[in-house]
Amino acid sequence: MYTEKVMDHFTNPRNVGEITEPSGVGEVGNPTCGDIMKIFLKVEDNIIKDIKFKTFGCGAAIATSSMVTEMAKGKTLDEALQISNKAVAEMLDGLPPQKMHCSNLAADALKKAIEDYQSKQTV
Amino acid sequence: MRRVYFDHSATTPVHPAVAEEMYRYVNKTFGNPSSVHFFGREARKAVEEAREKVARAIGARPEEVIFTSGGTESDLMAIKGVAYANRSKGNHIITSAIEHHAVLENCHALEKEGFTVTVLPVDADGMVSPDSVAAAINDKTILITIMHANNEVGTVQPIQEIGRLAREKGILFHTDAVQSFGKIPVNVDELMVDFISISGHKIYAPKGIGALYIRKGVRWLPISLGGGQERKRRPGTENVPGIAALGKAAEIALDNMADEAARLTLLRDRIIKEVMENYSNIRLNGHPTRRLPNHINFSFEFIEGEALLLSLDLQGVAASSGSACTSGSLEPSHVLLAMGLPPEIAHGSLRITLGKDNTEEDVSYFLEVLPAIIERLRAMSPLYHKVSDDCETCAKTWCR
Repeated sequence: MYTEKVMDHFTNPRNVGEITEPSGVGEVGNPTCGDIMKIFLKVEDNIIKDIKFKTFGCGAAIATSSMVTEMAKGKTLDEALQISNKAVAEMLDGLPPQKMHCSNLAADALKKAIEDYQSKQTV
Repeated sequence: MRRVYFDHSATTPVHPAVAEEMYRYVNKTFGNPSSVHFFGREARKAVEEAREKVARAIGARPEEVIFTSGGTESDLMAIKGVAYANRSKGNHIITSAIEHHAVLENCHALEKEGFTVTVLPVDADGMVSPDSVAAAINDKTILITIMHANNEVGTVQPIQEIGRLAREKGILFHTDAVQSFGKIPVNVDELMVDFISISGHKIYAPKGIGALYIRKGVRWLPISLGGGQERKRRPGTENVPGIAALGKAAEIALDNMADEAARLTLLRDRIIKEVMENYSNIRLNGHPTRRLPNHINFSFEFIEGEALLLSLDLQGVAASSGSACTSGSLEPSHVLLAMGLPPEIAHGSLRITLGKDNTEEDVSYFLEVLPAIIERLRAMSPLYHKVSDDCETCAKTWCR
């Protein structure tokens, strides 16, 4: 049902945890639908120096969260904003069709975290 | 890797003696039971012997048992067969919110044909109250269909009490006994039922065979039409190997029932006790005592069920869950929601259903691999963090 890459990221997720005093935080989903993803950023000089996640959800939700942190780490904010949910799924060699919508929200969480950071900068 | 199969409510392995019986009718005794010649007579004998065995297992007469393709077809035949046959008498059907989809979907399909359906709620333990059945009965009620034991949480329903009510009012009563048959006593007169659905693959027979008990003299119409097989009640050439297998499986289940139920209850209660003692934020779903001897359903809060199943599978343990991701929809289990569980807790359910090959060692192995899995998934969960941080002030349901 899941690709080897999904199972790899599910079994050994990258960047799990939280960042104390994060530059930005983004959360998507809700417990009713069974998925919550939370992403923490440490931004320095417009670059994502560190990124962590916490996820409540199925195998696909955990794997996409892990993958998006790997894709975003070290990128500029503009580059990171280009990451789409579809690109995350592709990097995992695909997701089962029924998971494409419900559990593939990691890029949205990343986007929210970046926006959270940016909103703090303009204040 | 050690493999532990804890998913016997999904399906069971075929018992070796059942497989042997079945093979005989796949291989040598291949005749059509309707044929006059020797080959046909041999097959007919197998079918009628199996019918006697199934009938004996439920305290029925052989002519009251017909063979079907499984639980779903039996449910369909009972529900629609009663509805169409009793249309002139009334159009009201009573069922419950925790029925199998094979019951619920057929009831809802009848709503489109002018029938009305009352779906009774259940309490927090997944129990239907006979009082609510009594209150729902009206002069148009023609059928009550309430399952014997629930497939997801294992709660055993007060079928006898409901049966008595139905009989007093002259209403036909169907019970889906797919999960209970072979595990706890199912007797048509004690339970006061008119129809019982039975499935082979839940009791160590193969998939694709089931049975329907139809009490003699009740008003009922066959759904499929064709030849004269099964006294015209279920036409089509008989699945002789499957029927022989179901007969054998029913016989074995009846012979071993008391011992096996006692053995599984010990294993079940050991898992329940150790898990409930060793984890916080966990609940046992289903009735604490009125449950199937082999059935456990936990909710591990802050964890989603599919992630839990995948993690267990990586350790060789096969179980199931009521999470949306495993139900094939976006909604978690309709049974757990009907019992009043908040969705986020319903998503984290784990069903463990034991069977004949499970041992103390299997239980020990499961209890050994579980802690690391729970710890890892909870450490990853943003909900768990919320609780440990500000549980005092948080009003969310998962903090309670």
